[in-house]
Amino acid sequence: MQSAGSKRGFAPWADPGAWPLLRVEGLSKRFGGFTAVNHLSLDVYEGEFFALLGPSGCGKTTLLRMIAGFERPNTGRIMLDGVDLSPVPPYRRPVNMMFQSYALFPHLNVEANVAFGLRQEGLAKLEIARRVADMLALVKLDSFGRRKPHELSGGQRQRVALARSLVKRPRLLLLDEPMAALDKKLRGETRFELMELQRRLGLTFVIVTHDQSEAMTVADRIAVMDQGRLMQVAPPAEIYEQPNSCWVADFVGDVNLFEGRLGDDGLSVEGTAAGTLRVAAKSPAEPGQVVWVAVRPEKLRIAREQPSAGLDNSVAATVLDIGYLGDSSLYKLRIRDGSQVKAAVANIGGRAAAAPAVDQQVWLSWPPEAAIVLTR
Amino acid sequence: MRKVSAVNLAAIAVGIAFLYLPIVILVIYSFNASRLVAVWGGWSTRWYGELMSDVPILDAAFISIRLALVSASAATILGTLAALALARFGRFRGRLLFAAMIYAPLVMPEVITGLSLLLLFVAVAADRGFWTVAIAHTTMAMCFVTVIVQSRLVGFDISLEEAAMDLGATPLATFFAVTLPLILPAVAAAWMLAFALSLDDLVIASFTTGPGATTLPIRIYSEVRLGVKPEMNAVCSIMVGVVGVAVIAASLLAKLSGGERAARAQP
Repeated sequence: MQSAGSKRGFAPWADPGAWPLLRVEGLSKRFGGFTAVNHLSLDVYEGEFFALLGPSGCGKTTLLRMIAGFERPNTGRIMLDGVDLSPVPPYRRPVNMMFQSYALFPHLNVEANVAFGLRQEGLAKLEIARRVADMLALVKLDSFGRRKPHELSGGQRQRVALARSLVKRPRLLLLDEPMAALDKKLRGETRFELMELQRRLGLTFVIVTHDQSEAMTVADRIAVMDQGRLMQVAPPAEIYEQPNSCWVADFVGDVNLFEGRLGDDGLSVEGTAAGTLRVAAKSPAEPGQVVWVAVRPEKLRIAREQPSAGLDNSVAATVLDIGYLGDSSLYKLRIRDGSQVKAAVANIGGRAAAAPAVDQQVWLSWPPEAAIVLTR
Repeated sequence: MRKVSAVNLAAIAVGIAFLYLPIVILVIYSFNASRLVAVWGGWSTRWYGELMSDVPILDAAFISIRLALVSASAATILGTLAALALARFGRFRGRLLFAAMIYAPLVMPEVITGLSLLLLFVAVAADRGFWTVAIAHTTMAMCFVTVIVQSRLVGFDISLEEAAMDLGATPLATFFAVTLPLILPAVAAAWMLAFALSLDDLVIASFTTGPGATTLPIRIYSEVRLGVKPEMNAVCSIMVGVVGVAVIAASLLAKLSGGERAARAQP
């Protein structure tokens, strides 16, 4: 199982001596009677690619806008490099934002858009021209400097917006759904470009997204949000493999949940829809407490015959439906008490004739270490 | 293309004739060679020539143009500020009242506007003349400016201003670098309209004017009361031309500022 570290061995959050670049403390924001952000605290470290992931309306964009200075928090503080940002207006914060709509100035050409931030600093003309040219080369738009935004494609506009927010070398770059307006194929490529850019420049990125695969791909750590609260903050693999609640397990990827009571040994869950289930790790819950066993669909095995009795959990099921996705197939099955279970099978052997068909009786099994026990 | 029936065509012809026939006749008679207004004496540009030596008319025209320049500029600044307040400050206390008060002069009879301004100027013992008319015309025209500029601001993407501030522009710099260039077509259209309104106003000007500030419409009106002189036809034709150009330019600019957005939405 994945450790607390991330995919590139970068884990300042695990170091108790590390100082965060951005610290959010007890932040709340209410709009009338609606609480968009509810007493939220988090730390982001220098050089980190941090993702805020959640359903629409969960408050992630409001949090981003408070960091940028466009919304005033009702309570709490935002500290950057140890300095409280509350009295600092947006135009004096060493933070830049890339807007979801890109917000490119339609009356200025690409060069002037990118140069806008540097002009405000009153830099020398030559210096501005040099930095703008460098930045346009970095986002591969060297030959588009004289064009107006409406003469560019969606992907090019996105890169202009990125260049414009990066050219000032912000301490922190905020990205509000930066890829929402791109088509799927372009989005996939842009993710990797964004990661490369962030590493090359050594900047700190905070991205807001509702797309979990986007967050999983780009981020060192993901903060999963719901209704203005943080549900879990962890590296992508930990969010997926060790979610801390049924809500997170269900929001990030697919999951099968079996409700039951923890057995006396702490290593089994009794009375679930699939009978008594064995788990590998000892749960912190009390014996007899209501818990949920969570198993990801791709960890289930489907077999025609009952597996030989061993430590693995197994349950009889009927195939209800098969969704063919190309690289894998998603099976919808019904177990004996009538509840439904999902299982994903990689299509390794091509269109193998051996695959189970609809209405067939099969056995589902999984090893104890494939499941985790959730208490809420 | 829909087929145009004979009835529709006739209706359009009658409507346009009703609106423009008097003006066409005025323009034609301004080229009348005869001194008698009702008698056609052949084509001539004689009255345009005589106009150039008619000092009172030229003075009045000069005053009217100066007045229109001053009041259109003042009305454009004030009206744009009012439009920004209505479009940007959200639902502040008294917004509805403020909006209603801005728009009221649109439908207020000019006689009432003129009379109330006259009473005000008398009450504060202001010397009536050029500046009182300029203030009166500013009051009258600024509500038109507000309506035009506000319609442009409604479609304005507020994140453009946020982006400018995010990049380090102060609110004032943001206004001049981003907001103003983007609403400029509407502001220019509003200025043209305010200019035309001031140039052809008679009622408010006659209430609020004083000695030495006789505007062109007032001069024309007083001359015509003593009998229509052929020079008046010429001066009115020139005014129709100037106002017509201003109004057409204003509507083209307003259309441009709307059409630009539509063009940008297309890939």
